[in-house]
Amino acid sequence: MAVRKPPITTREYWAPGHAACAGCGCAIVMRLATKAFSEAMEEKYGDPDAFAIAHATGCMEVVSAVFPYTAWKAPWIHVAFENAAAAASGVEAAWKKLGYKGKILAFAGDGGTADIGLQALSGMLERRHNVVYIMYDNEAYMNTGIQRSSSTPYGAWTTTSPPGKYSIGEDKPKKWVALIAAAHMVPYVATASIADPYDFYRKVKKAAKVDGPAFIQVQGTCVPGWRVPPEKSVEVARLAIETGVWPLFEIENGDFRNIKFQRFPKDGKFKKPIEEYLKLQGRFKHLLKNPEAIQQLKEQIKEMWKVLGKEVELP
Amino acid sequence: MAESPFKADIERVKKEYSEKMTPGAVVYLPGSSVINKTGSWRVFIPEFNKDKCVRCFLCYTYCPEPAIYLDDESYPVFDYDYCKGCGICANECPTKAIVMVREVK
Repeated sequence: MAVRKPPITTREYWAPGHAACAGCGCAIVMRLATKAFSEAMEEKYGDPDAFAIAHATGCMEVVSAVFPYTAWKAPWIHVAFENAAAAASGVEAAWKKLGYKGKILAFAGDGGTADIGLQALSGMLERRHNVVYIMYDNEAYMNTGIQRSSSTPYGAWTTTSPPGKYSIGEDKPKKWVALIAAAHMVPYVATASIADPYDFYRKVKKAAKVDGPAFIQVQGTCVPGWRVPPEKSVEVARLAIETGVWPLFEIENGDFRNIKFQRFPKDGKFKKPIEEYLKLQGRFKHLLKNPEAIQQLKEQIKEMWKVLGKEVELP
Repeated sequence: MAESPFKADIERVKKEYSEKMTPGAVVYLPGSSVINKTGSWRVFIPEFNKDKCVRCFLCYTYCPEPAIYLDDESYPVFDYDYCKGCGICANECPTKAIVMVREVK
C-alpha cells in the first residue's frame, strides 16, 4: 500500500521551544504561512528558501525571538510596532537592486496593522511592492495585556473596555482591514481562518505567486485573551465561520462585484446561532445576559455581509 | 521510527549556543529555540492509539509548536520534549485516536 503524503510540505521554518501559550492559534498561523510560502517559492523560483520575513512587534515576535534564541529558520527582521510594511518594502527594494530572486513576507498583529501600522501598510500597497502581508487577527493587543484595538469585535471584554453597570464592553464595531486593503485595488486580498488550514494554505500560496502586493487577514485564537480553554482554540475559530461572524473571501484587483466566498451557505442562511460562538468564550460572558446587545451584534454582522454583497439570515 | 525534523538544530545548538551579546543583537543560529524544552509546561499528555488512526494529518497540521512530526508510514509521532499539552490534537481528531490523560511524573 502506498503511503499517503500530507497535503502540506514537511519542511519547517517555525521551530519548537518558542514561548507561545499552549494552544496558541497565531502560532499555527506562523507555522502554516511559512510552510505554504516556501512551497510557493519552490514552485515559482525552484528554491524553497527564497524568502525573508519582516515582523512587527506583537505576540508572535515576542514569543519567537527572546534574545539569545530564535524560533525562525528563515531570514527574519524585527522592526518597531508600526513599520512591518515599511521594512518589508525596503527589503524588497534592496533585493530587486541586488538581483535576488524571491519574495518578502510581512507579519503583523491586528494592533500593528489596524491601528498603528495602517499608513505604512497603505503606502506599501500603493507603491506596489512585491510583498505578502499577513495580519494575524487575535482581536486585541494581547501581548501587552489584552487592551482593545480597532479590530476588537462589538461587546468583547478587554482590560480597557470592561463590561459593567454602564458599559457592555467594547462598544464599536470591528474594523475590516481586508476591505481597506482591497480598496487599494491590489492583485490579491483574502481573509482566512486557522479552522480551515488547507484553505489558508492555498490562499498564502496564491498570494505568494501573484506579482505585486497581497494582503491576508487571518483569524487566530488567543487563549488567555478570549478566555477559551486551550483545546477549544481551533473549535472556536470554526464556530466563527459557521455562525457567520468571520467571512472567508477573496478579492482580486479590487473587484468588489466578483468576490469569491468560501464555506458560505448557498441560501445565505447560517445554521448555527451566534450564541454558540459567544458562550465558548469568557470575553463574551456578560453578553449572554443581554439580548439587546446580541441583537446589535447581529445587525452589525448583517451590515458587514451587505458590504460584501450578500444578504444573510442569522438564527 | 523517523527522526525529528529538528534533530540537526538540536545538535547544532548544543555545540554552538552562547549567550554572548552580538553586535546589533543579531541571532546567528536559526531555530535555536529548540534549547527550551517546553514539555515541562504540560499537565495533560496526549496518548496515541495507532489502531484508530486514519492518517488524516489534522493533528500534524494543527499543532502550533510543532511537536508532532510524521514517521515513514505517515503516522504522527509526538515529541514530548516540546509538547505543551494544549490538547488541540485530541479535540480535533476525528476518530479519537488521541486522548489527553493527566501526566504523572
